Amino acid sequence: MLFKLKLFVSTPIIIGVVIFFASCSSGGNKNNTKEISVDSAELERDIFADISHAKQIFYSLPSPLESAMMIKSSGTHFTEKLLNPLSNVNKYTTNRSMAVSMGVYLTDLSYASLFDQAQTTIKYMEVSKKMADGLGITDAIDKTTIDRLEENINNRDIILDIISETFMSTSAFLRDNDRQPLATISLIGGWIEGLYLATQLAGDAPLKDNKIVDRIIDQKLSLDMVIKLMDSNKDNADIQYISVQINELKKVYDKITIKSSKIQPVVDEKTNVTTLKSTSSSDVTSEVFNELKETVKTIRNNFTL
Amino acid sequence: MKRTLPVIILAVLFSFATSIKVSSQCKGFAKQFCKLEILPYIHDGNYHAAILSEGEEAELYKTCFPDQEYRIAVCGSEALPPVEFKVIDADRNVLFDNKEHNMVKTWDFKVESAKQLKIVINVPAKDKKKADAEISSGCVAIMFGFKDK
Repeated sequence: MLFKLKLFVSTPIIIGVVIFFASCSSGGNKNNTKEISVDSAELERDIFADISHAKQIFYSLPSPLESAMMIKSSGTHFTEKLLNPLSNVNKYTTNRSMAVSMGVYLTDLSYASLFDQAQTTIKYMEVSKKMADGLGITDAIDKTTIDRLEENINNRDIILDIISETFMSTSAFLRDNDRQPLATISLIGGWIEGLYLATQLAGDAPLKDNKIVDRIIDQKLSLDMVIKLMDSNKDNADIQYISVQINELKKVYDKITIKSSKIQPVVDEKTNVTTLKSTSSSDVTSEVFNELKETVKTIRNNFTL
Repeated sequence: MKRTLPVIILAVLFSFATSIKVSSQCKGFAKQFCKLEILPYIHDGNYHAAILSEGEEAELYKTCFPDQEYRIAVCGSEALPPVEFKVIDADRNVLFDNKEHNMVKTWDFKVESAKQLKIVINVPAKDKKKADAEISSGCVAIMFGFKDK
């Protein structure tokens, strides 16, 4: 009886203490050592070689917006038929498929927006919202987002800001709610879609002096980041599924060697922009490039169909 | 068992509540303050933030591509001293160190060929003699922007 009484009295006190400390943490300036994400895998490539003393390690993949920007600045055009059809949206019922396709649709809408495809951008934001709703992401994409998009459809700066904000909010929501693997899967889904769009747009054009081909080969460097990101959640079953697909891609990229010269930083005194001067070359053959195209297509189909 | 169960549940709730608070706090900081440092570049949408204390480091790895002009912004909350950051390449050359540029929060750059870069962020200790209890902590956000061409 005495114990029950103690428990009865102490529980509200403990709850009070919990709430007190949780609310104190919003000040965030004394001895608060909580972390936001948990990427701390052991590294193997040169850039990753040093022993790290860092409390937190981040691996940054090209976002949907950056992937779309790379495609655009390679001098390509907009091809609507390459996008993941809107009608596929009802096929995605598991958390994994919704997270992957949210990344895919966000890359598609970024690509559409950079080519000023107003109506397509809105439609793809609506399906992205459906995926976010399905994942329980309540505040990242709401009706206000769609309304703001419609109101500013001719203002590209605002549209790009809305897309960047949407991506930031969806991934932050998943991470903040202890769903880091789904945030990683969504990021990988978006990256694969960018690679799919790029490889399809490259078509059968010559490989030499071809910007889009160069950017596709450069993604070998992003692949390292993808693998590090997955390593930090390797016990998760959904990540294991994605990992099998990514390993197939790695096998093809491993057939390509990129040689790169040392970096010489040169500052433009007028603009204060530093150019990291260097050259690079690869030994990609048509055969390997076609294999890469097919592998990317297979993975994208596995992700979306 | 009956005695320990409520304590365990409350400990889990405490840890969960604290981590959500901290995460939301850093997201708000990144959005309200650090994103402004990116302007007029377009934020890429990726968001990296952590609570760091004086004397602690964070690292970020990113691949950068030709035909883009990038801005990196590294921001620390008011409670922290100015945050140091260095950009390092795969050959361990320091390409930029904000300590040599009045502790600026941003760096604008472009690459002529794709490069993996490492950004090392350090929150310097204000006073090394300070007791642990006086060490400040706060949000540090790292954001990238690029130009719409």
